[in-house]
Amino acid sequence: MKIKTRSRLVVFILSAFVWFALTNMKNWQEVFVGLLLSLLVSLIAGQFLITTEKTKHLFLRILAFAKYFLRFIWEMIKANFHVAYIVLHPDLPIKPGIVKVKTKLTKDSAKTILCNSITLTPGTMTVDINPDKNEIYIHWIDIVTKDYYNIDENTATISAKFEKLLTEVFE
Amino acid sequence: MINEIIGTILICAGIAFDFFGVLGLVRLPDVYNRLQAATKCVTFGTAGILLGVLIIQGFNAFGIKCIIGIIFIFLTSPVGAHAISRAAHRAGIKLTGESIVDIYAEDKELKESSTK
Repeated sequence: MKIKTRSRLVVFILSAFVWFALTNMKNWQEVFVGLLLSLLVSLIAGQFLITTEKTKHLFLRILAFAKYFLRFIWEMIKANFHVAYIVLHPDLPIKPGIVKVKTKLTKDSAKTILCNSITLTPGTMTVDINPDKNEIYIHWIDIVTKDYYNIDENTATISAKFEKLLTEVFE
Repeated sequence: MINEIIGTILICAGIAFDFFGVLGLVRLPDVYNRLQAATKCVTFGTAGILLGVLIIQGFNAFGIKCIIGIIFIFLTSPVGAHAISRAAHRAGIKLTGESIVDIYAEDKELKESSTK
């Protein structure tokens, strides 16, 4: 099967699933309209979801994603307690600034997920990305690295833990 | 019965984290720091509330809508924060005086001076 067709099929199934979850499927008209709209969406925007052939088996990638997801939830809980600590502390212990990290990920979807995870994990928020040089600008609420111009040190502290897991999922 | 207890605990925790996020929105100094508190805590808190509702209701029409809500909050909230912070920086809003470094602004100046 060609990649475009497969991508459209995946989009069709996903949008139909969202429709059936939102409506309660009492009569055939809702089902019919839902299928029609899913078809329309998959024909218009379907080819953008999957663009390259994956080499790894799907099951291995799902396993890697589960590993990433558990790590992400743990980091997120830590992030929330971190923010709660800062906000409740009478002196507001912050040392903010914008730093730069590098990423080795090549695909847009992988970079999006990486940036979203950076935003939701302790003390960091993605501000902008430089797609030519693969550099991400990150606002850090409490800078812990001593030399904040050192890209490698920042990368090791902020994004390395997710990058390794995401490489397994997307490459 | 046990479902209701777990769900109520989750909803209370979610409301608490939402409260911390709002407190951060009031107390922290500039727009970037405020966005940090707002995205992290409000995403997690709201997801907690929805998860609590899901556990109380079970997998019926109500609960599945909660799952969809959680997925979309996780996907859209960081993207919104990223867009707001980038727009703020482009509009020229400075970081607060306590900040120690702004490599983004330095790189932008470098780029502008090299193109002139």
